[in-house]
Amino acid sequence: MMERLTVAERQQAMLITAVLALAGLILAIAGRNDPMGVHGWMTLFFAGGLFFVVGNALYAAEPTEDRTTSYYDDPTKVGILLSLFWAVVAMGMGVWVAAQLAWPDLRFDAAWSSFGRIRPVHTSGVIFGFGGNALIATSYHVMQRTSRARLAGHVSPWFVLLGFNLFCIIAASGYLMGITQSKEYAEPEWYADIWLVIVWVSYFVLYMRTLARRNEPHIYVANWYYMAFILVVAMLHIVNNLAVPASFSAAKSYSAFSGVQDAMTQWWYGHNAVAFFLTSGFLGMLYYFLPKRAERPIYSYRLSILSFWGIVFFYIWAGSHHLHYTAVPQWVQTLGMTFSVMLLVPSWASAGNALMTLNGAWGKVRDDATLRFMMVAAVFYGLSTFEGSFMAVRAVNSLSHYTDWTVGHVHAGAMGWVALITFGSIYALVPILWRRESMYSWKLVEWHFWLALIGTVIYVFAMWNSGIIQGLMWRTYTESGTLAYSFTDSLVAMHPYYVARTIGGAFFLTGAIIGAFNVIMTIRRVRQDTHELDYPTKSEAGEPAVPVAE
Amino acid sequence: MLRKILKPFSKFFEFHARTHYRAERHSMGLTIGIIAAAAVGGFVEIAPLFSIDDTVEADPNMRVYTPLEQAGRDIYIREGCYACHSQMIRTLRDEVDRYGPYSLAVESQYDHPMLWGSKRTGPDLARVGEKFSDEWQVQHLADPRSLVPESVMPQYAFLLNTSLETASLPGRLAALRTVGVPYTDEQVANAADDARGQAIPDSDRAYAVEERYGEATNIRFFDGRRDRLTEMDALVAYLQILGGLSDLPRNMQIPEGD
Repeated sequence: MMERLTVAERQQAMLITAVLALAGLILAIAGRNDPMGVHGWMTLFFAGGLFFVVGNALYAAEPTEDRTTSYYDDPTKVGILLSLFWAVVAMGMGVWVAAQLAWPDLRFDAAWSSFGRIRPVHTSGVIFGFGGNALIATSYHVMQRTSRARLAGHVSPWFVLLGFNLFCIIAASGYLMGITQSKEYAEPEWYADIWLVIVWVSYFVLYMRTLARRNEPHIYVANWYYMAFILVVAMLHIVNNLAVPASFSAAKSYSAFSGVQDAMTQWWYGHNAVAFFLTSGFLGMLYYFLPKRAERPIYSYRLSILSFWGIVFFYIWAGSHHLHYTAVPQWVQTLGMTFSVMLLVPSWASAGNALMTLNGAWGKVRDDATLRFMMVAAVFYGLSTFEGSFMAVRAVNSLSHYTDWTVGHVHAGAMGWVALITFGSIYALVPILWRRESMYSWKLVEWHFWLALIGTVIYVFAMWNSGIIQGLMWRTYTESGTLAYSFTDSLVAMHPYYVARTIGGAFFLTGAIIGAFNVIMTIRRVRQDTHELDYPTKSEAGEPAVPVAE
Repeated sequence: MLRKILKPFSKFFEFHARTHYRAERHSMGLTIGIIAAAAVGGFVEIAPLFSIDDTVEADPNMRVYTPLEQAGRDIYIREGCYACHSQMIRTLRDEVDRYGPYSLAVESQYDHPMLWGSKRTGPDLARVGEKFSDEWQVQHLADPRSLVPESVMPQYAFLLNTSLETASLPGRLAALRTVGVPYTDEQVANAADDARGQAIPDSDRAYAVEERYGEATNIRFFDGRRDRLTEMDALVAYLQILGGLSDLPRNMQIPEGD
């Protein structure tokens, strides 16, 4: 991989890693009496390792050919592999936390292994490790192809990808040591948050610089979504993580906000992490890989515009539906509910646009599991956005809130939509990236598809059942007007569903492991194949970057 | 039918699509558009919460956490207790019957961050303070299934054997003061001593705690041990104050017939 970098670029990379290693050393010394110090050492080893990898090949041969005539895919390849690695680790964690609720002794009595500490490893690992790496990797691929231009820069794509993974490692290991802000999906402490801001700004600059090189006058839909993902996540991350550290030699910090304002800020963040991380970014993926794989143009450009701006504008308002009947003022709750219901329009416009795109290619959906992954993802996207709008209605929320129904809803979205579109895109992307004839085994892709689908369905049904039963038991009164069930009664009733959800999760995890195996075997075993026209060209020449309307 | 409903908006859609068509040729145009569209909602919903006075009720008698309670709160956060326990009783009849008066905004006024939670794998804890004895809490934390056989809560016996780190407490209180909790200079300076004092009744330190934080402060051997100050002391002290920082909810929501 180093052969595609010039000596100057390698020196630049060494300078960056050296500075980062130094920052790690400072953190390690400052935090020597605190778990933060461990993160300092980890940063030092991470950056130092990269420093030596680059330094080792500093004076190796330089690239000879004109680099602008091809796309730069090395960071994409590494990003895909990292994404699969995190998928297996984080979904494995998910199965373990699920099992702990059914069999609490599986906690094995260590401080680090309690539900409260490993649950964020699962959530952050899946959202940021698996999802984030897949988003960064596919965005590199998509922005180059739809712009018909090579990535702007050779060091910054690596900086963004590896820097983001350093953030993920710090986050996940921190939870195990008890470092957390307790803000759901924004748990990492102040130094990790600052680091993510630096990485994220570089990501945006890289995106804009690549778009500036484009050979297409128009910016393709997928890029709008990736841009919204990058921009709004930056905004959310910075505001929600405003905090004052208790000292610069320890990890602990205190949020700038308290009580009502903190709750509103947190769920403004939390819900829009769903919107702009788990929806917008993955819609970018959908808008590129689905039409490419189906070899059909996007059904409607108009609908794309409508749903894009609808999602960007409406979603931001919806966060307060997490706070129905709480101490947050009623007017905020009502606004959140209203916009959540309206959100159904742009959400279904996107899902509909995707499914209508497949009209005329249903034969391919039947035969090709990769395309089927994407089709089912679009269906789950439609279902879970409907469910979300429904649950945001105050009366429904009074039953569903605090129960497993919420967990089921999130997993319908995360497994059914996010993970399936990601796996579909990965199966479409891997043969192109590594210039292979096809995937190693289409049968394994089928296996993965069915395991993932069955796993999701088992999981979601189990959580619907347990959530609704739980909600009803909590509010059931006896004829004499007293509560009919103790909290423990409701907990006992959950047990069979907690077992079922663990099984569903295990199915899903097995699928992911098969997928990772299939990708690795594709890289190692399948014959090389030259892909025509996969290089930057003017739009008049060559085939269109994405299928155009007839 | 659909056409008829959408007709009044057709001009808007037309304009919108045209504007977008122009904007999508300029990456900066899209950037500005996205930031503008995404900024509105958050601004309208969050900014007024800081400026509208009746968002948070006024309670002049609202207490702050003592250093020991705050240390316990930090342990509660560290262990991720909020993942399974909420601290927000909603304005619903069954929740008030089960957990007590519904939560008011003022009660989490000094909570940086709030711990309202989003999931009840275990029961709500907003008013768990003084519902159970210290002995029950310690036993339950160390081995939940010895008291509630059906419980799925992890055991936290190690808290009993871990000394509480108090050296950082002045820094913690100072940081909290920076973000708006009204600690006095004296409270910040003596935070480490006060944490010890609260767990050793009838000592000079304990009297100092009472003086600085009020007579109503719980001063007890929370973990039942006199020889050392453990993380269990802190966590139990925190749990026992939950719901006890303000009397406003009970005063405002007097049950019928009382």
